[in-house]
Amino acid sequence: MSAELVLSGVLFFGLVVLLPLIMLATAFLGPRAQSAAKNEPYESGIKPMVGRADQKFSVKFYLLAILFLIFDIETVFMLPWAVSLRELGLSGFIEMSVFILLLFTGLIYVLSKGVLNWR
Amino acid sequence: MELSLLNAFIAVFIAIAFVGANAAYLVWWERKGAGFFQRRPGPTENGPWGLLQPPLDGIKLMTKQLLIPGGVDKAIFMVAPVLAMFPALVSFVTIPFSSSIQAHTIEVGVLLIFAFAALGSMSLLVAGWSSRNKYAMISSIRAVSQTVAYEIPLLITTITVVLIAGSLELSEIAAAQMGGIWNWYIWPFQKSAGFNIFMPISFMIMFICSVAETNRAPFDLGEAESELVAGFHTEYSSMGFGLFFMGEYANIVIGACLITILFLGGWACPFGDLGFFPFTHHVGWFLLKLYLIIFVFVWIRWTFPRTTIYGLLNLSWQYMIPLSLFNLLLTAALIKVFA
Repeated sequence: MSAELVLSGVLFFGLVVLLPLIMLATAFLGPRAQSAAKNEPYESGIKPMVGRADQKFSVKFYLLAILFLIFDIETVFMLPWAVSLRELGLSGFIEMSVFILLLFTGLIYVLSKGVLNWR
Repeated sequence: MELSLLNAFIAVFIAIAFVGANAAYLVWWERKGAGFFQRRPGPTENGPWGLLQPPLDGIKLMTKQLLIPGGVDKAIFMVAPVLAMFPALVSFVTIPFSSSIQAHTIEVGVLLIFAFAALGSMSLLVAGWSSRNKYAMISSIRAVSQTVAYEIPLLITTITVVLIAGSLELSEIAAAQMGGIWNWYIWPFQKSAGFNIFMPISFMIMFICSVAETNRAPFDLGEAESELVAGFHTEYSSMGFGLFFMGEYANIVIGACLITILFLGGWACPFGDLGFFPFTHHVGWFLLKLYLIIFVFVWIRWTFPRTTIYGLLNLSWQYMIPLSLFNLLLTAALIKVFA
């Protein structure tokens, strides 16, 4: 068996068993009283009257999440390039420069479109 | 390389024990630090200098009621705290404390840490969403958009360091900085990359991003208690809350470890190989740098007021990301010129 497999197996066993066990122990050790007040969402002692939990939120956050996906995936492309830059020669550098400049232009376009304009 | 089951158990056990002990005692350290900065003694009652506070807090949390309010999505609600603690514990397996003390050498250690850090922000989202509490929901949206925004400059800055070191393995990155304080990647002069004026700026980006990633003040918008009751863990009681708390501090330790390895030379002695100096390249140096950085984290938290969520997101998208991309390009060009 490979070393990685043994280690990740032990790690997974340790964590998948240990952490839920802590939660279970608390559920077992603590009191189990229930009441109507305990069932309400906690808002610092004030009865929840305004708004719901599944309310609408600003669409800007959705845009930011999509932006993050694009940038995160493109930085993952850079990782193997970063390790092997010295062997890649000049062409490797120029190609990634074009890539980064494209990414940068995209960021400027997104900012000029007002994604971060919160008003 | 062969690894026996016993060795794996010992390595994993030590890693978990280290994280657990650190997460618990960083709470004590944070409270003592807060007391120090606000001219009060901090915890003093339990044990000498309040040193028994963390274990007693743990016992108290364990014996409190694990309350599951009505309307909550039970399964997801219970998974979220476990998900908060899990990634920090996994990341610790790859952290090298010295050339010989490392639970397991993984060739893509940097990638693994970032992959599991992304899982951590997942736990914030899941906790807020399943709580059925509008403040928890708002808080989790804020916290996720924040961790997500600061992950990009953090990753790009790390790639800059990977470029100079030429490896994704944390112990190799640290080993490349051996031989004195002037070889650390925080300085503008590099053996393999010439004169890179932006390296200290990279370090600052890395530092600010790790503060923002761990949701700490002045960037703790997700837990702004004056606006959002207690943030995404409002509905969590007893050990559910305890695991979130521990996870937060474990993430701080991971962030400080990354900064230490990437920019401050890991376990390298700052005076180089002087021969007569007994503790060169010792795990003590690593721990010293680690706790120094954690102290600065505490210092920042109790010194600066909270920012706004818009200012925080704009800082990342408008300044940090362009700056770190520019720095990456510059470093690559310098390596091409000098190597």
